[in-house]
Amino acid sequence: MFKFVKGNLENIDGVSIYPLVSLLIFFIFFVGLFLWVVTAKKTHIDEVSNIPLEDDTINTNQN
Amino acid sequence: MELQRFYYDNKIVRNFVIATLLWGIVGMSVGLLLAFMFLFPNLTDGISWLSFGRLRPLHTNAVIFAFVGNAIFAGVYYSSQRLLKARMWKDWLSNFNFWGWQAIIVAAAITLPLGYTSSKEYAELEWPIDIAIALVWVAFGANLIGTILKRRQRHLYVALWFYLGTFVTVAVLHIVNSMAIPVGALKSYSMYAGVQDALVQWWYGHNAVAFFLTTPFLGLMYYFVPKAANRPVYSYRLSIVHFWSLIFIYIWAGPHHLLYSSLPDWAQNLGVAFSIMLLAPSWGGMINGLLTLRGAWDKVRTDPVLKFMVVAITGYGMATFEGPMLSLKNVNAIAHFSDWIVAHVHVGALAWNGFLAFGMIYWMVPRLFKTKLYSLALANTHFWIGTLGIILYALPLYVAGFVQASMWKQFNPDGTLTYGNFLETVTEIMPMYWMRAIGGTLYITGAIIGVINLIMTAKAGSAVTDELAEAAPLEKITKKRTTKEGYHSWLERRPVKLTIFATVAILIGGMVQIIPSLMVDDYIPKISSVKPYSPLELEGRDIYIREGCVGCHSQQIRPFRSEVERYGEYSKAGEYVYDHPFLWGSKRTGPDLMRIGGKYSDNWHFNHMYDPQSTSSGSIMPAYKWLIKNELDKSNTETKLRAMAALGVPYTEEDIVSAQQWMSEQGEKIEKSLYNDPDFAKTYEADKKYAEENNEEFVQMRDREIVAVIAYLQRMGTDIKVTNGDGSTENLND
Repeated sequence: MFKFVKGNLENIDGVSIYPLVSLLIFFIFFVGLFLWVVTAKKTHIDEVSNIPLEDDTINTNQN
Repeated sequence: MELQRFYYDNKIVRNFVIATLLWGIVGMSVGLLLAFMFLFPNLTDGISWLSFGRLRPLHTNAVIFAFVGNAIFAGVYYSSQRLLKARMWKDWLSNFNFWGWQAIIVAAAITLPLGYTSSKEYAELEWPIDIAIALVWVAFGANLIGTILKRRQRHLYVALWFYLGTFVTVAVLHIVNSMAIPVGALKSYSMYAGVQDALVQWWYGHNAVAFFLTTPFLGLMYYFVPKAANRPVYSYRLSIVHFWSLIFIYIWAGPHHLLYSSLPDWAQNLGVAFSIMLLAPSWGGMINGLLTLRGAWDKVRTDPVLKFMVVAITGYGMATFEGPMLSLKNVNAIAHFSDWIVAHVHVGALAWNGFLAFGMIYWMVPRLFKTKLYSLALANTHFWIGTLGIILYALPLYVAGFVQASMWKQFNPDGTLTYGNFLETVTEIMPMYWMRAIGGTLYITGAIIGVINLIMTAKAGSAVTDELAEAAPLEKITKKRTTKEGYHSWLERRPVKLTIFATVAILIGGMVQIIPSLMVDDYIPKISSVKPYSPLELEGRDIYIREGCVGCHSQQIRPFRSEVERYGEYSKAGEYVYDHPFLWGSKRTGPDLMRIGGKYSDNWHFNHMYDPQSTSSGSIMPAYKWLIKNELDKSNTETKLRAMAALGVPYTEEDIVSAQQWMSEQGEKIEKSLYNDPDFAKTYEADKKYAEENNEEFVQMRDREIVAVIAYLQRMGTDIKVTNGDGSTENLND
């Protein structure tokens, strides 16, 4: 297992722990991202997604 | 809370729009000229600064950094001010960003045709310009972050995340990849060699596509598509997942540009795995963009802005589906080095970047000039001609790539190559090159119609350089307000922390891939017979770099039966250890040159450079006559050798001191061998006599550039061949 990594990097002590660490980083990252997104409040999402549509310019064209 | 009045800076946006259109036409015109050089190779015969190898990087740089770059700045400056309800932080930074960027483009337009190039794709500009790019980029980032800090809108809309991610990543990529030792005012050697240089370069090259052509444009999409459709983005939640997963995964995919190369397998496989994963966030973003138009599809029929945007997003979807597919090793084995890749990048450039830029500009210009678009009919004409142009550009090149790659690989029953002569595979696809040139002509015609329409629009309106707006300033956030908020709003309110997280996300991938190549001693297996280049060969190599030979010729034989049969023993990582920079190339318009050394006589190379069609009938290589006339500049050789020595190439002090003598000896040897051709002897002696009689200065052949080029070409790939006592050769690696 992990022969692709170990083949070239076996000089590093305990290199086989690296793929496990990476897997954990990715797993936790995406689980966290998913939780963050699904727990977001609807009102907040609506508010933020409407930011581009707010128009605050004054159309008098007079500087 | 009392409303504050302030002005949006529209002038800077207008300037960037003008620059986008101007450089867009310039960059596309150079591209069109290059397309016609495939059909008429000697179109600019004898003019060194208009030769294919020097113009190709000008085309790519002009389109990427001048056309798309200015479009990014135009869109970012327009949308950021409105999303943050604040004028840009400092006007002088905005102006420095604008004029600095244009100065860099002008510097590129002068130096690249003159042959000043690092040869690293999309990073060709030499070190003084690299420093200028870093300064201007930092000014842009400082201005953006400054504006964010004094904003009147509490939450940072997702487009701004993409802008911030773009800023930090491009800065990291640019600095790491541009590390070089200067050996002259406009000449430097990459810090990295061979495989390491390739890895760093394609980590950069891939992410230049990711973080210069994609993330900023996704930010623009998230602002301008909702604006044009007048409805919020389909799913804001999806856009959050899109952002974080895209930047987290994109940065790892670089090695897919080096499949089957001498890069260690584990790095190649890592690149493949992440490239496949990349399909998910890319398509998530594309679907989010398209579904923003839900319930507004009737508008797409009438509004040219939305038409451009729909084709742009569709193009993004096609290119990002194709990208992961091209990263599969079996598909890559066919597509790599062929015109398939050229088609792929042009779907991205012409459809995604080009059409989104045009859609955005068609939307902005009437607003910047307080008027209506001059002509809807012209905008529709632009749209249809452009779309047809994209199709006519891309489809023939897909066919060309597939046909040529299949021909490269075809064997006869007796085990010989069916198309042993590379040229046969080129002449076969000439009709495709014709169609490509026609497609390109259509696209640029559309663009010119667009520019005219926009100029007329501007003329009809009156420029609003400073647009008045009002908004309430931000209140101080109290503890009470934050107790119930989630982590989302916390992070969205903190631009600095968000930027740091984004930086961490992109650094992990880069470090895992690159650091082992720099730290691990046996990353590249050493080959004892591989020696540094002689001074003359090194000078020849620099001419090879100057002329942009790498644009059409690879130096990387993949371990396939068809390539070993055609070119010779496949390339080993250990053969490139002294190559600062690496010259593997990414496209084979002509054959691979890794094992060209010793394949032909010196005279063959001489005649081939003077008139390629004389040695290879029907060749589409342009002539390089100036190499034969120019005197070789040997004044800087010692500096170059010392720089190489500083980078770890084992030149001794004695080598460096005796460089001039060494070069003369090798040059004389080549000059002598050129006399084998009676035609050469006759013409050369006649030239010499003529110069003597007329008291003109005469440069001996041994001191001319062509001799250095021949020295380099004859050396290439020969180090692993060892001659035995009986005269037979042996391959050390078998």
